[in-house]
Amino acid sequence: MLMKGTAARMGVMKRVQLVFKAKANKALDKMEDPRETLDYSYQRQLELLTKVRRGVADVATSRKRVELQMNQLQQQANKLEDQARKALGMGREDLARAALERKASAQNQLDELRAQYAQLQAEEEKLTVASQRLQSKVDAFRTRKETIKATYTAAEAQTRINEAFSGISEEMGDVGMAIQRAEDKTAQMQARAGAIDELMASGALDDAVGGRRDDIQSELDMMSASSDVERELSRLKGELTTGAPKQLEGGANGNAQTQAQPAGVPASERAAEPQDGEPA
Amino acid sequence: MIVRILGEGQFSVDEAATAELNKLDTQLEGAVERNDETAFTAALHGLLDQVRALGAPLPSDALEPSDLILPSPDSSMDEVRKLLTDDGLIPG
Repeated sequence: MLMKGTAARMGVMKRVQLVFKAKANKALDKMEDPRETLDYSYQRQLELLTKVRRGVADVATSRKRVELQMNQLQQQANKLEDQARKALGMGREDLARAALERKASAQNQLDELRAQYAQLQAEEEKLTVASQRLQSKVDAFRTRKETIKATYTAAEAQTRINEAFSGISEEMGDVGMAIQRAEDKTAQMQARAGAIDELMASGALDDAVGGRRDDIQSELDMMSASSDVERELSRLKGELTTGAPKQLEGGANGNAQTQAQPAGVPASERAAEPQDGEPA
Repeated sequence: MIVRILGEGQFSVDEAATAELNKLDTQLEGAVERNDETAFTAALHGLLDQVRALGAPLPSDALEPSDLILPSPDSSMDEVRKLLTDDGLIPG
């Protein structure tokens, strides 16, 4: 109880610092030879540097995946709006509505992805800075390590080693947490990205990407095809009704003569007509 | 004194600022104890702003341990609670 009370009055800042310090001391206590501490710690630092760099690459990969999905969804939204416009042009408000509803859903996903993208970008920046800072500290540690080894007696070295070790250990704890945090965020977003990929593959968000034709498009195509058929039909019908006499008129003279001969007209009279028109 | 903001780096802050920082820190701690997320966020950001405003960033190759350590700006209250009890939040 007393302990807890004391800790409570200490404040968050001091308590966190003590937790970090305890961690460093615990690691120091494990080492018997001060030189071993230096070399062991340096190895751990190099490992952490590799890890933080891999972390940066992982977050970048995730970010690029989200970016790709954003592009796909944007194309999708554009396409759906286009479909809605076409459907309206054909007087199919129901189809236009369906397309716009789907567009709204794509838009929602897009907004969500934008937020994720920004988060990943921030995470990437943080890790990049952390990796640069760690690199500086590791370089400084290496220099200090060599100096300590070369210049000081074992007894003197201990104090200096403890200082350098505590400083770098705190940084390593900090960077380690940053990597963990970035990994957690990336994992969450990978899961969401996977879900969106599935949605797109299932056609629920349509599929301009997969190249498969969606139902709205096929209905539009069908309507457009059937309106082509209708147009052809009415053209043909038009030809039949108004075009029939025209066709006869413009048709071969021979036909008119042979088929349309009124029975009562003498053959000689009619035979003379064309002859009149002909140049002598 | 040296203050670290986790995820951000270390700052050298004048001892004269201690009183002001402690006042904000007490608010932060109270918020964590009362489980008051709104007060927690406000206190944490107030504290971080103060450190950034009053402190000078330490060179990145500095190897000094910090006197005080502050959670990162996007920490949740839950994360800070874990940080205080050290149940594995700090790797290594």
